[in-house]
Order: sequence, then C-alpha cells, then structure tokens
Amino acid sequence: MLSAEAIKKIEYELTKYPPEKRQAAVMSALRIVQMERGWLSQESISEVAEYLGIPEIAAMEVATFYNMYDLEPVGKYKLTVCTNISCMLRGSDEIVSHLQDKLGIGFNEITPDGKFCLKEGECMGCCGGAPLLHVNNTDMREFMTPEKVDELLKELK
Amino acid sequence: MLEIEIDGKLVEVEHGSTIIDAADKLGIPIPRFCYHPKLSVAANCRMCLVQVEKFAKPLPACATPIADGMKIFTRSKATVEAQQSVMEFLLINHPLDCPICDQGGECELQDIAVAYGANASRYAEEKRVVVNKNIGPLINTDMTRCIQCTRCVRFLKEIGGMQELGMVGRGEHAEITAYVDKSVNSELSGNIIDLCPVGALTSKPFRYTARSWELVRRPSIAPHDGLGSHIEVHVKDNKVMRVLPREKESINECWLSDRDRFSYEGLNSPDRLKVPMIKHNGAWVETDWKTALEFAAGQLKDIVNHHGKDALGVLVSPNSTMEEGYLAKKLAEGLGCGNIDYRLRQTDFRMDGKRVGTPWMGCNIDDLGKLDRILVIGSNLRNEHPLLAQRFRKAVDNGAELSIVSPLDNNPLMPVAHKVIVRPSDMVNVLGQILKAMSGLQRLSLCLPPSLNQWLEGIEVRENTQAMAESLAGMGKDVDLVAPRVGIFVGTLALTDPRFTELYSLAEAIGGICGAKGGILPSAANSTGMHMMGVMPTSPTGMHARAMLEVPRKSYLLLNIEPELDCQHAALAKKAMAQAECVVALTAFKSTALDDADVLLPIAPFTETSGTFMSMEGRVQSFAAVTKPFGECRPGWKVLRVLGNTLGLPGFDFNSSEEIKNAIFGGDKPSNVVRRHLNNNLKELVEIQAKIPSAGLQRIGEVPQYESDPIVRRAASLQKTKYNIKPMARMCEALMKQLGVEQGDTVLVKQEKGSAVLQVRLDNHVAMGCVRVAASHEDTISLGDLMGDIEVEKITEDQAQFMRTAIMKALSE
Amino acid sequence: MAAKATKPVMTDLKGQTLVTLRTLKEKNPAALSTYQSLGGYEQLKRIITEKVKATEIINQVKVSGLRGRGGAGFPTGLKWSFMPRYFDGTKYLVCNTDEGEPGTFKDRDIIRYNPHQLIEGMAIAAYTLGARVGYNYIHGEIWQDYQTFEAALAEAREAGFIGENLFGTGFSFDLYAVHGYGAYICGEETALIESIEGNKGQPRFKPPFPASYGVFGKPTNVNNTESYTSIPWILQHGGQAFADLGVPNSGGSKIFSVSGHVEKPGNYEIKMGTPFADLLAMAGGVWKGRKLKAVIPGGPSTAVLPADKIMSATMDYDGLSKAGSSLGAGSMIVMDDTTCMVKALKRLSYFFYEESCGQCTPCREGTGWVYRVIKRIVDGQGRMEDLDLLTDVCNNISGRTICALGDAAATPVLSFIKHFRPEFEYYIQHGKSMIDGK
Ligand SMILES: Cc1cc2nc3c(=O)[nH]c(=O)nc-3n(C[C@H](O)[C@H](O)[C@H](O)COP(=O)(O)O)c2cc1C
Ligand code: SF4
Ligand code: FES
Repeated sequence: MLSAEAIKKIEYELTKYPPEKRQAAVMSALRIVQMERGWLSQESISEVAEYLGIPEIAAMEVATFYNMYDLEPVGKYKLTVCTNISCMLRGSDEIVSHLQDKLGIGFNEITPDGKFCLKEGECMGCCGGAPLLHVNNTDMREFMTPEKVDELLKELK
Repeated sequence: MLEIEIDGKLVEVEHGSTIIDAADKLGIPIPRFCYHPKLSVAANCRMCLVQVEKFAKPLPACATPIADGMKIFTRSKATVEAQQSVMEFLLINHPLDCPICDQGGECELQDIAVAYGANASRYAEEKRVVVNKNIGPLINTDMTRCIQCTRCVRFLKEIGGMQELGMVGRGEHAEITAYVDKSVNSELSGNIIDLCPVGALTSKPFRYTARSWELVRRPSIAPHDGLGSHIEVHVKDNKVMRVLPREKESINECWLSDRDRFSYEGLNSPDRLKVPMIKHNGAWVETDWKTALEFAAGQLKDIVNHHGKDALGVLVSPNSTMEEGYLAKKLAEGLGCGNIDYRLRQTDFRMDGKRVGTPWMGCNIDDLGKLDRILVIGSNLRNEHPLLAQRFRKAVDNGAELSIVSPLDNNPLMPVAHKVIVRPSDMVNVLGQILKAMSGLQRLSLCLPPSLNQWLEGIEVRENTQAMAESLAGMGKDVDLVAPRVGIFVGTLALTDPRFTELYSLAEAIGGICGAKGGILPSAANSTGMHMMGVMPTSPTGMHARAMLEVPRKSYLLLNIEPELDCQHAALAKKAMAQAECVVALTAFKSTALDDADVLLPIAPFTETSGTFMSMEGRVQSFAAVTKPFGECRPGWKVLRVLGNTLGLPGFDFNSSEEIKNAIFGGDKPSNVVRRHLNNNLKELVEIQAKIPSAGLQRIGEVPQYESDPIVRRAASLQKTKYNIKPMARMCEALMKQLGVEQGDTVLVKQEKGSAVLQVRLDNHVAMGCVRVAASHEDTISLGDLMGDIEVEKITEDQAQFMRTAIMKALSE
Repeated sequence: MAAKATKPVMTDLKGQTLVTLRTLKEKNPAALSTYQSLGGYEQLKRIITEKVKATEIINQVKVSGLRGRGGAGFPTGLKWSFMPRYFDGTKYLVCNTDEGEPGTFKDRDIIRYNPHQLIEGMAIAAYTLGARVGYNYIHGEIWQDYQTFEAALAEAREAGFIGENLFGTGFSFDLYAVHGYGAYICGEETALIESIEGNKGQPRFKPPFPASYGVFGKPTNVNNTESYTSIPWILQHGGQAFADLGVPNSGGSKIFSVSGHVEKPGNYEIKMGTPFADLLAMAGGVWKGRKLKAVIPGGPSTAVLPADKIMSATMDYDGLSKAGSSLGAGSMIVMDDTTCMVKALKRLSYFFYEESCGQCTPCREGTGWVYRVIKRIVDGQGRMEDLDLLTDVCNNISGRTICALGDAAATPVLSFIKHFRPEFEYYIQHGKSMIDGK
C-alpha cells in the first residue's frame, strides 16, 4: 500500500499533466516510492502501476530503463561514483579503489552491515566538479579526494 | 497522386503512402522485420533502409512518406550496403542453429539473411544469451532468438487492446517479457507467433511435432464463431498439426482468435469416437455402420409409429454445416415431425413467425471499424467474438464512441464512452429510456404499439441513458456529427435472455430512429445459415428447442451436441435425454453427456468433411475436408443421407455435399439467395411485456469461450489458460454484503429444482442483483436457465458434502 | 520547499561576457529579487502587455543569430517559425535540461544560479508560440538543482510571471519541472518527449517533428536551457546586439564547460569566436604544468582534436568545423600528454554501449560490438585488423539509426583512431599502453 505521504506527492506530480495522461507521472511516482522505501520491489512497481491505472509491464519498462531506479536493495547509502571521461581524467579510478578498499566491496555489492552499496555511474552533468559521487541519488559530492571520501564515510552514520 | 521513381520506374502513388507501401504495391521487394501493415510503424529494425536521391543517409522505407518526385533505389550499392550491414548486426547476437530452431524453414530472418546477408560473420566476441520466459500454455519462447522488432509488443497493445508484453531494460540488455511471471492472456495471443519474424515466439502445442516442410497446407473455415475466419490447416500424416490464419482482409484480416487457432487439439483428443456404438444392456458396444444405422433407423421408426410423429425431437448444433442442417431438417420432415431446432441456447421464442427474414449482424464485418457510434446490448464481446471485438476496438481507436448496456462489465479493452450495467431484466427499461430520449432528440413521434407508448410515457430518462442517446444521435464533446454511422448490436447475453423479444424490439426501434445499421451477433459458426434454411419448428405444432426439453420427447436425434453442455437448460436437457426411449447421437466424440444415448454414430468434424457455413454477415463459405476421417467416422451429411435411405425416405440421394448445397440454394447463386433472406425487420411489432419481474437474484449463465462447443472443450492447451473458468458464484461486493457471504464461502445455488455447490467469488464486473454462474460445465449441469432466477444460500462444509452427494445421486437417477 | 543554491563555485569572472549567467556576479544569484534587480521579467511584461507580435519576436531571435545550444546548433528563430500558428488544443513548450553528455554541465549552472532568466525565456517563448503548458526536463542526477528550480517556479508563480491570466491580459502559461532518472538518451528531444509522457526514453522516428507531433501528440517546441535563457537578453538589447557579441554565423556569447586536465575546470561564458587558447588560459591552462595532448571540443559526440588543431581554433561553429570537429554543446574535455587514448576511448565506447536505448539494430548491436573489441584490445588481446573492423562497424552504425546517438557513438572511435592510430597499433602489438606502460 502506498503511504499517504507518497500518494500526496504523486498527486502533486499528476497536477502537471492532463488528467487522462496519468502514465506521465510514472517517472516521479517510482522515484517517490523509491525514496521512501529505499528501492523498488516488484510489489512497489505494481502498486505504482495500479495507482496510476497503467499496465504493470509499462511501469516495469520505465523502472528498468532508467539507471537511477534500484530494483534491488542498495543498503542505507548508495554511493554512485561517476567514472566517465571527465571524472576519469581527474582520478575517479583512485576514488573507486579507495572506496572499494575502505568498504571491502566491489561495484553492485553491499557491505555486510547493509550500510553501503557501491555503484558505477554515468555522466551526471557536473563534470566541472570531477571527480564526484552521488549519495542516494540526491546528494552530489564534488571534487572528491581520498581524504574527502574518508570524511564522507564518517559523516554517513 | 504523386509521381515518383523506384529503381528507374516511373510510378504514381497515393498521397500519404510510405516508400514501403509504394514498393509493395509494385511488387518490388524491400526486406523488413519490424514493419507490419496492421501495426504502428516503429522503424527500429532498420532492415528496410533504401537510398533516396538527395538524401545523404539511407532512409527507412517503412517510415518515410513519399514526396513528389522522389527517386528511390532499392538495389543500389548504397542500399545493399546499408541492408547488409543491418543484417550483419542482427545476426551477431542471434544463434545460428536454424536446424534445431522450431521456426527453421519458415523464418523471416533466415530467408532475408540468405537474400541480403553477407557470407561470413566478422563478429568474434561473445554472444548474448537471454533468459527464457514462460508466458503461458499457448506460446513458447526462446528469447535468445529475439531481434527486438517489438511486433509482439505492439500487437498486444494496439490490436489486443492491452499491453501484456514489454521491452524491459535498455540497450543490448533490452528484453521482451511479460510482467515478472505473468502469462499473456489476450484471447488473440496466438497472433504474436505469426508476427514474430524469428523463432523467439512459437506455438507451444505445436512445438517440435513437425518441421514446416513436412506439412501439407489446406484452406478451411473456422468453426467456432459467426465470423467465418479463413484458416489454413496444416496436416501431417493425416493429422491436424496446427491451424494458422489465412489472410482475408474483409473478415479476419490476417488474424485469428486463440480459440480458432488452438482448438485443433480437440480434434486429436482421445475422446474421438472411432466406431459406431450401441448401448446394450446399459453398456456400450462397438458395432459396424450397417448395424448401427439399421438399429437407429429402426428405433426412430418404431417410436414414430408407436407414439406419433411428434414423439421425436431433433436438436442440431448451430456449428454444424448447412448441409448437415439441411438433411437433418429433411429427415424430420420425412418422418413427418416438426420438432427441430438449432437455437439450443435460446429461451424466448415469442418472435417466431413474426420475422420478415433471417436475422443477421446487419452490416459487413469490415464496416465495423468505420462506425462513429456503437451500442452493444448484452454482450461480453471478447468472450463471445474475440476477433470481432478487435474491429470495434479499431472503430474506437478511430474516434468512435462505444456505449454498452449489459449485465456484465468485463473490460472490452477499449475506452467505453457510456455504459449501464444492470440486471438483464432491467436492460429492457434502460433501452426504453434510450428510445424515449432518442425520440425526444429527433422530435419524432414513434409508431409503436399503444401498450409500448404508454409504457414509454411512464419511463424516466436518466442522465446516463440521455448521454447514450445523445451519443447515438451524433452529438459529441468537440463536434456534433450530422450523419453519424451508427451500429447497434444485440449480443449473446441478450439472445439467451427470456426477454430477448423486448430487447430486440427496442433495439430495432432505437436503430430505426438513428438510422443505425446492426442486428444480432449470433454466436455459432452457422447460426445464420441454420435460420435461413429454417432448421426450426416447421409444422404449426412443431416444438422449438426449449419446448422439446420442457415437454420431453420419446426420442431424440442429436446432431453434434452434448445436450447438457450445449442447451439453454442443462437440467431439463439431462432429464429429457434420461427419460427418452431412444436417443440417436451423431457425434465426433464420446462423452459422459451422451451417456443417456442409445446409439452413437461417429461423424466427422469440419476438418474431415466438406461443407458450408454461413457467417453472421451472411457470407456463404464452403470448405473441403483437409484430412481423411478418423477411424470409422463419416461426414455428417453422408450419415444423415444413409439414415434417410435406411428409413426409406424419398429425396436422400445426394452424392456429394456440393449437391446438397445446390439443393439448399435451389441452384441459384448463394449470395442471391442470401440477399433475399437476410432481414432484421419484424412483420409486426411484438407486444412488449414491460413489467419488470420479481426483484429476486438473476443468474448470468455465461458460456466461457473455451467451453462453447465439443471441439473446444477438448482442446487441452486452451483448457490450461485462465479462461478455463470453473463455475463459481461470482458477484459484486455489494451483493456479497447483502447476502452476508464472503469470497471463498461455500454456497448452495438453486435454480428451479436443481442446485449446485459453488464457491463465492468476488467479481465486480457483475451487475448488482446478479450472480454469474458459468454454464457448459459439469459442475452446473443440474442448474436451469442460463439467464433466470436463482437463489444463493450459504452452507457449511458438512452441508456442502451432503449436497454434493445428493446432487450426484439425483443426476445418476 | 527546497534548498537554495549556495554560493557559486566560480567566482573569477574575468574575461567572461555574462548573458545567460548574468546573475553570477550577484550575492544571491538564484533569487527572484536578484534577477528583477537586473531588469528581469521586464521583457516578459512588455511583450505581453504591449501585445508585441509573435513575428516581431521571432524576427529578433532570427537577427540575433542564436543557434540551439543543445548541440545541433539549429537556428532558434527558424525553429520557432515551424510551430503551427493556429491549432485547436494545447501546444507545448519543452526545455531540455537533461545534459548528460560527458563534459557538459552548463545548464545545471543556469537552473541553480539563474533560474528566473530561464523561466522568463520560456514564458516569452510560450507567448510567442502560443504554448499553454511547458515542461523543463531536468537531468535526474542533479536533484538539488531540480529542487532549486522548482522553488524558483513557485516564486515566479507567486509573483504572477507564470500561471493563469498573466498581467491581466488573459494569457496563461503553466510551467512545470519534470525529471529524468538516469538515461543519457533522454537528452535527445523525442526521447525526452517520450519520457515526459511516462515511457521509456526511446527516440521517435522523424518526421513527424515535435513541431507537429510532440508531447501527447501535440505541437511542441523543444529548446535547450541555454537557448531559452538567452531570449530575455536578446529582447532587452535587441537581436543585433546579441549577434554582435559573436562572429558571423555564431551569434552571442556561449557557455563553455571546461573539464579534464585543466587547473580551473568550470563554466566560462565567453563571446563566440574567442580563440581556444584564451579559453584554456582562463581555465588556468593545462594542469600540473603538463602539455596539451588533445581536446574533445563539444562532448564525446564530436570528434577529438589533437593539440595543434585545437590550439589554432576559435570557439564558434565555423571555427571548430574548420578544425575538423564541431562545437556541440561547448563541452571542452581537455586531455594532457599522460592520457592513454586507447583507454579513454574504451571508457567512451562503454558509455555509448551502456546508454544506447536498444531500440534500433545498428546502435543496439553495434555499440556492444565496438565496446567489446576495444575492451579486448585494452585487455591485450587486440588484433591489427581490429582497427579496420572498428572503423567499418562505426561507419555501418553512422547514419543508419533512428537518432543521432548512433553517430555520436561512432564519432569518437573514428576520430580517435584517425588521429592517434599509432597509439592503438602500439597497444595491439605490445598488449599495453604506449603512454602509461600498463
Ligand atoms: C544522443 C543525444 C543527446 C542529446 N542530449 C542533449 C542534451 O543533453 N541537452 C540538449 O539540450 N540537447 C541534447 N540533444 C539535442 C536535442 O535533441 C535537441 O536538438 C535540442 O534539445 C534542441 O534544442 P536547441 O535547438 O535549443 O539546441 C541531444 C541529442 C542527441 C542525439
Ligand atoms: S519476440 Fe519476436 S516479435 Fe517480439 S520483439 Fe522479439 S523478434 Fe520481435
Ligand atoms: S521495417 Fe523499416 S525499420 Fe524495420
């Protein structure tokens, strides 16, 4: 069951479109539910589809097409490191290996305590601040260095 | 018209055509995978790239509109290079193991690769493997072979009306799949097998049973509904291996319903009756034809001689051929008996003798897609006419407004502009409202019988019926249509209703005012043909199908039916057969429903005999046998002929079904005869019983689509689909509350003297005050009318146990 | 509702000509009051209340020489003239803030530092084109900036610059923010439209173009963020003044996003026609005192240029085209002499392989093929004939796909091999990089 809070937010998104175009809100509805629940389970996708009155497979198509939807649990903090060219040129590899050392996990893995998950990201459109990473899809951390990574890990309780 | 040049040839093409349209018309081959004339244009496979003068890049022929003066080169170097490169890309991840692929030999990819591909692959990397999906009992998947053309996805969304498949993931990881582990439930699903250009989607029942080149392909006509779809039957070693659609634009286009496609499994069922059988001291004994026919003839003659000519009743399946129907009628007449009928599922016969001609759908199938306003009365379209529903969908896609008056609210998978979902008995009132609103809109004074006028006066038009009337009159949200093309259709739920007369007359009156086309949507392959030939009570004392069961006959002749599954009133049918002295059944199948028969004469189903069906649009279509008859079975017309001979009746000397057909049409051209006969008008308006009967519960005894006739009932794969609907007491939430029952409760359902123990099931598609209890199922054979009063009573498991035994006992007595 | 943007990262504005980032020099750049103090929303008010003719506005835009800043450089005034004038029903306006092409990060600065100028630009466009509803589609990854923009929208709505009955004239324009969620392809305008409709971002075949069949099948105008944001300035100062900022064929100033091996990566809004050398100097030159090796001037979908070629180029459409590449979205990815071009190409091909929507055959199959071959080379399993194979496969992708992502994927491969072939050959022969020896 979608929470009242989630429904309120989805309803706000629906105001942006003509009333008969409910599918248009699927991107934000999935995002809203993911933010609330941490990731998108099959039930979550079904619930969103049902709420919007669209075929489940249509919601699934969207959920699987866009990278930032997590169709599996991602721990408490998902750290997505951009490794694309501008970040790579400024040492994203070093950030990645530092993170992997510190956390003891590779990409797409979760630390045993369920706290961190590491993902490789594509260009985030912030290459001026390279190298950079993203916490839980929302919090952009730029000009990263191994030292700043250590601080970040300390900060994320 | 635009003038263009293709490969140096100057041609004129219509405005709005694409390059591929133009090339197809000229017979110039352009390879394609994603393009399909009936589906939206995706232009994603890129196989159809062609060089066009003044364009630096090759253009996809399927999506590029023709412009005046265009010069197109379909075989130039640039074109060939582009096509070869696309072919190379398509093959890099495609398995190259055609010999073990079920599509081998009939694969578009294989064919086009041979014609347009390069010799050797330069791809030396790892190939992609895609996990297989299980999408149900009808379609087998081998998704590694998929080339992502999305024809299947588009078909289900656009023609099927519901997106059941999708392409999830992206890029190279994109895969076609249903939602998680759902199956594809469309009643038209089999078409994606034909559409899939590779071996990714193949027929599950057919899988690995034959290679395409071993099959002999023969044309035939589909025998399960009134559409008359053209089919191609594929035969190997005298056995039907599969059925595919044969393109017929004006009927089935290039599609086929799953019922018509997969029902062939029933033909190969172990139930097939191999030799004639006679019941001897309560046990079935195999016998030879001569003995069987003499026995049958002797019995029939005895009964008629002893008890009079009216002691016989002849019940004919509306799925039988015209030839069979004709001879059955002749036989009855020869014996002097007027009791014959094909309308096995009808209860209301008040219009008999009042019709001008044969009722039909009132227009051509092809016209449906062009209607602007549609009113469907008493029909669960997708269940009754799966493929026809798609024509309505097309109309709605083109902007038509669909209105529905029905006791069932099943999603037709198309937007419904207006609907009223009420108890069958209230449908009369609803139509009255529409009629009244309509006459107000058109400012017409109606010429109606006084009682009807009086009744209409007292009727109050509600908002939704007013809206329906306005819609039918052409008024619209944005624009009003001055002369809308309106179609009004009366479906099976209305045809089987005890107030069919009222529903029909009112529909006709409404249609009269708004100038609508339309008529009835008879459910069987040959209903219209049977009516035209008059396979109905002949003498003034002749009994119709219902009367023959209500006042049981001493003897019955059954043509192609399983009485308690095919008749309106299962309990009456069962009882009538049980008490008859002699039941002669011409049947393709052994059946517990024929346990009360005395002699079984094995007749050939449509694939093993020649014959003729007349479709709901009045099309007379003959077909030839595609295989030899199974075992000892014989074409129905031959058996009837010999039976006539054995009985010593005159006029039974036909040597072929062709001769019978000639006799039916008096040597005239069938279409001439048909034109004279088809007519939906009534000679006189029938008095309408406007008073609404008691407020009790009403049964909606729908026949599930895969229970509609003896062949389908035995099609194993269809029976594995979700449309294998076990009878339950389905009702809406409000009714459950009113009756104090919950989903899963056991209830005793009573109709007249019969009853059934069923489970309660929530079904908000059912009108308040109605209980949907499927018919044509052994669990409900002690119940009565398909549409009639019914009682529901909650019982405990102990009581249920007791009742079950009691019902079983009552049945076997 | 949302966090306000903090202080700009970039404070050194020397040498810049601020048009679309004109609030940057102010204290609280994103605030409505800041923008209004610079004359913001006055153009909107003027044209709406004075009922300035649409043709007149389009004409100014044509004179300005503004070309689409999203990458293709299509003249904006001309595009606007394609919108059907008379249409029963809603017309739509779409802004493309989905920048996800590596090296591109200019639009983000507009929505976080100068959102109101974009809103005004869109409102003016809406008035001009008769659009009733607008969407700004924002890259999903810049969530904080999305929120800044939504807050700015609320402010503008409150102040009566968007919404119903603007300035009491009866003209209404609703503008909404919507977001992507991690798909580069949605930067392509028809994929973006599909995404707004709640579908996968799969580009549509054109024609029909968005001007006749766009959002929900209705006429739609799509422009890049920077394009719309230029409009208020153009109307304030006149089209000619904008054109005069730049050089013939490339009007105005433009934001160049400089990333990679420079001392001061960031956005620089400079006059079109500025020599690359000046831009490089503004960005503090090549970092660590190293030598310039190559620059990708407009994002990876444009051809890479070796140092000598780029050093003599000017920053405008013709200048970069003469140098053998194109301006694209103005995303300068600077590479110093320690960069292994084979490995850099591997990362770029992975990007296009990963981001292909999967719809059409050459792109879906071709990007995977290309990536696998380059990866094999990097893994030390390369074969000499691979280079020709790569070239051939890329030529087979180019020009045969539904959208330009196919061409974009082919361009780096073709240009890297063309300009740095010896590096590739060395790698194949030795199984390791000529540059870093690994
Ligand atoms: C693969 C691909 C990615 C694109 N990404 C962007 C983008 O991130 N931002 C953008 O404004 N335009 C992008 N474009 C260009 C758009 O399709 C479109 O041309 C542009 O938004 C039009 O606006 P303009 O005329 O103002 O430049 C992309 C095109 C392609 C083919
Ligand atoms: S399964 Fe067949 S029809 Fe469907 S996309 Fe794949 S190749 Fe096309
Ligand atoms: S048939 Fe034209 S692109 Fe597929």
